Amino acid sequence: MRRLDAMQAVYGELSECVVVTIMGAVAAELQSLGHRPNFFYLQHAMGLASSLGLGIALSRPELTVVVLDGDGSLLMNLGGLTTLARYRPRNLVHVVFDNESLLSVGGFPTATSTGSDLGAIAAAAGVPRTLTVRTQDDFRAGFMAALAARDLTTLVAKVEAVGPSGYVTDLSLLENRYQFQRYLKDTQPKA
Amino acid sequence: MPVSTRASRLIYDGLKATGIRIISALPETWLVHLIRMAEDDPEVTLVRLAKEEEGVGISAGAHLAGVKSAMLMQNHGFLAAINGIVSCAQLYRIPLLMLISDRGSFGEKDPWQTEGGGVTVHVLEALRIPHARLDGPDQVERRIAKAHTLAYSASRPVALLLGRDLMWEE
Repeated sequence: MRRLDAMQAVYGELSECVVVTIMGAVAAELQSLGHRPNFFYLQHAMGLASSLGLGIALSRPELTVVVLDGDGSLLMNLGGLTTLARYRPRNLVHVVFDNESLLSVGGFPTATSTGSDLGAIAAAAGVPRTLTVRTQDDFRAGFMAALAARDLTTLVAKVEAVGPSGYVTDLSLLENRYQFQRYLKDTQPKA
Repeated sequence: MPVSTRASRLIYDGLKATGIRIISALPETWLVHLIRMAEDDPEVTLVRLAKEEEGVGISAGAHLAGVKSAMLMQNHGFLAAINGIVSCAQLYRIPLLMLISDRGSFGEKDPWQTEGGGVTVHVLEALRIPHARLDGPDQVERRIAKAHTLAYSASRPVALLLGRDLMWEE
């Protein structure tokens, strides 16, 4: 399974959610499918996408937050999994694209290539629903089940270590940030 | 424990007056009363972290979602959070109110705190983070309000250093 195909399989659902991605290939590929104002790309600060998603999920329980994480990023903030599990936002789906490598900086293998199991780590951290999938159909089914479950889910998608030819897109960091904040403001429930 | 309950209450009330609704924290001796106050406050969500850098992400998400937050940490926690501060809060222009207990300065008895104490202000300055100290109870409310105002007008991190003379009663 390619990450781009996995995102394509749930793109319609992502349009209805608040989406936070990590940097690099995930951000560029999601933009290649079509940027939306409810998509935020954390183009640095590796590891913090899941923490940022937690901040949104706690602040706005009426929204469904989807974090598109990666193995390299998640390995930098494994402690964050314990915080995520501790506060158990039921409106957060944590997707981890695991290509077993740090693709955008030359493809160096991460520890998932030698057996570290991010789904098992998430489960052991206390995340109530975890699933690891390897095909596009299983990914879509797992993602839809996570949305329907209304409970914190870590969905690990094993994907090929392939990505786009470049990572810089036409969308500037601050344009994305302020557009995303405006989207969240405009969707705020009326008091 | 000689951590000042009165000073902690002043700081907590000062934070609440700015509209803070999420507080992320890692325990540290000087922060025990503040963390307990946040835990007991039904209007505030206390997020207990595994590492301080997570708090930057949580505050960034909360800000984008329209909720004000603050971080409570020791200066070693600040040092542990620096990449997040630079590549999330500064890169994306996120207002971040950081309250840092300033261990390791004059009067410090714990040898392990002394290195962090020696570099904290230098690191804040290298990062161009506006900072001020809270050393006496009379300064607390106004300085917290002013730090909060600058964080939001500049859309940047700011730091208040909680000093020994304020926090510790010997």
